[in-house]
Amino acid sequence: MILETTDLSVARGGVTVLAGLGFAVGAGQALVLRGPNGSGKTTLLRTLAGLQPPVAGRVMLSPDAVAYAAHADGLKSTLTVAENLAFWASIYGGPPPERAIAALDLAGLIRRRAGELSAGQKRRLGLARLLVTGRPLWLLDEPTVSLDVASVALFAAVVREHLRQGGAAVIATHVDLGLPEARILDLDPYRTRVLARDGFDEAFA
Amino acid sequence: MRALLIRDLRLALRSGGGFGLGLAFFLILAVLVPLGVGAEGGTLGRIAPGILWVGALLACLLSLDRIFALDHEDGSLDLLATSPLPLEGAVAMKALAHWLVTGLPLTLLAPGLGVLLNLAPPAYGWLALSLVLGTPTLSMVGAFGAALTVGLRRGGLLLSLLVLPLYVPTLIFGAEVVRRGAEGMALGTPLALLAAISLGAAALLPFAAAAALRVNLR
Repeated sequence: MILETTDLSVARGGVTVLAGLGFAVGAGQALVLRGPNGSGKTTLLRTLAGLQPPVAGRVMLSPDAVAYAAHADGLKSTLTVAENLAFWASIYGGPPPERAIAALDLAGLIRRRAGELSAGQKRRLGLARLLVTGRPLWLLDEPTVSLDVASVALFAAVVREHLRQGGAAVIATHVDLGLPEARILDLDPYRTRVLARDGFDEAFA
Repeated sequence: MRALLIRDLRLALRSGGGFGLGLAFFLILAVLVPLGVGAEGGTLGRIAPGILWVGALLACLLSLDRIFALDHEDGSLDLLATSPLPLEGAVAMKALAHWLVTGLPLTLLAPGLGVLLNLAPPAYGWLALSLVLGTPTLSMVGAFGAALTVGLRRGGLLLSLLVLPLYVPTLIFGAEVVRRGAEGMALGTPLALLAAISLGAAALLPFAAAAALRVNLR
């Protein structure tokens, strides 16, 4: 198992939002987290990434296994696409960026500054960062936001290749990723409080 | 760690990086103070060490909130915190980058501005030496303050209030070195204390700042 949780509870802003989560993700597996806005998908991913401690329960994973991709892509707008990728590649000591550039169709953009890219292109660059980390477990928070249909397919192919090579992924998403083999974990049964429909908590996540 | 240092230097030097803001402030202060104080009576020469040190300190303060705020806004701070780079190392590198683009240029510029303030000739070397030893503290303490206030709206004001009291010892000993240098007195003690504060800050504050960042990122 790359990732295993037992009886995990996570909190946002001091309020426990999910409790009693137990799941395992092994090599070659993808887990899709589903739940309405404010159900704690982002909080769960941040806890798995080690950015915040769990309220209760355990997360068992190697700290060297995780590559986290948040809502924000962590791009520097005054650096070029190539410089952004090269920075993360050298931080992680992962593989050189060429394969990531090819996989997410960024070859025509490498000399452009990240600030000049469209929202979807920025997202593709943010996802290309995952490939240069060389980490087995990807924690992805709404990875397909602002991607068009072709790019979503591109992304699904990247995830599938990652799984084929023995990687794993935990993906929080609302939309269909085109990964029929992925297991789906509905977070609704684990929620500890009832939110008003269309709660706006996601804005503060 | 070197990659982070190079990235931060590159960001500071590119457009919008804010490099030069502190230097311009320092320059303006050193030009305006003689105009305000007037040249007669030797007043200017007497207050020059204090003015130069206060100017360097405030110039440093101008860019402190950018150390972590920009990385926090675009999400790269979260990604750095989950990267294999230890957060303590990241803090130290960001403080070093801040010093290289503010403290070091200030040190190089200060002797030139000493002329404008009628600083006594023997003090020029001591001014540069005191700034070289003292400005790393300003960047390191500033990084700690920035780590405490990261994520707060209008955190810059709070950052100034937190950091300025911690700058006081450096200011006192730094200005004292220059004053004693100008009057030809022994200055070993304030110089040693200035260096001790810098070394202490460099040794301890990366850990404190990293702990503050971890709390703030929750």
